[in-house]
Amino acid sequence: MHNSLLIVLGMAVVTYIPRMLPMVLLQNIRLQPHIKRFLSFIPFAALGALIFPEILFSTETVPSSIVGASLAVLLAFYTKNLIIIVLSGILGSLLYQIFFL
Amino acid sequence: MKNSLFLQGLKYGIPIALGYIPIAIAFGILTASEGIPLLTGMLMSLTVFAGASQFVAVNLMSLGAASGEIILTTFILNFRHFLMSASLSQRLKEDTSLTYRSMLSFGITDETFSLASVTTLEENSKLPFPFLAGLMLISFTAWNTGTWIGLFMGNILPDILQNSMGIALYVMFIGLLVPSMKTSFPILMVAIVAMLSHSAIIFIPWIPGFSAGWNIILSTMLGAFCGTLLFPKEDSNA
Repeated sequence: MHNSLLIVLGMAVVTYIPRMLPMVLLQNIRLQPHIKRFLSFIPFAALGALIFPEILFSTETVPSSIVGASLAVLLAFYTKNLIIIVLSGILGSLLYQIFFL
Repeated sequence: MKNSLFLQGLKYGIPIALGYIPIAIAFGILTASEGIPLLTGMLMSLTVFAGASQFVAVNLMSLGAASGEIILTTFILNFRHFLMSASLSQRLKEDTSLTYRSMLSFGITDETFSLASVTTLEENSKLPFPFLAGLMLISFTAWNTGTWIGLFMGNILPDILQNSMGIALYVMFIGLLVPSMKTSFPILMVAIVAMLSHSAIIFIPWIPGFSAGWNIILSTMLGAFCGTLLFPKEDSNA
């Protein structure tokens, strides 16, 4: 019991420090243009790596994930409304599971 | 005016909150079912606030892993936030105080970071503190609310819905990425390189993989590095 609280404390510290250091240290430092460029690409590279291939295994079966994901990709071409995209992705995989499993 | 930026942040965070609740419920259920003290689960969501690492930690605790091992695994899994923090530091309003910066850093997750990064508020391209605070607060609240629901009430969602909601955050990522991929060729390439390299690490047996945390860091850096190499100038709207 006591031990598990200490573990949580340790987890909190080692999670917070990498989150905090760059944000605080890079405040008034002039970065070289190519470093800035690299950092500006990070969100999109991270999104790519976070989405694929994990999305395939995000619901009960791979096909139901593919259905939800495809629906979301299709909708994302027409709208930026995230609520619509999220709900349609959930609905797509839900309907697949209801009808085909 | 400050207030409206905060409200705007709350509003922008709704999709994240929607996606967090079912995952946090699952985390609460797992924690309770592994016989880990409820207080430990609550404190973990309050002080760590990093989804995947919390699942892994609860798993390791139930297996009786050593404290040091659990903490080291958490560090490795969450180290990707270092990259995200560096990237976000360049998007933050320059005059944001050190106190505000250290507060905001606690709220950096894959989801809050990506959403903030693709957001451009009309007035200028830099992000103000109240907006990020709102965005992170609603996400944090949803994460903790979900945790308590899972810990104390178990599964209040039907199984089939809980299963389907596992895709929520991934399709949100799609919604964040596609508009930028459509308008910028460099971004399209960067995202594709990251996806392909992550898949290669995971699926091709002779390419050595590391832990999930390092795999994401490596493929993210590879994607951003290729982008910088191929498109060093900011002439396209990347």
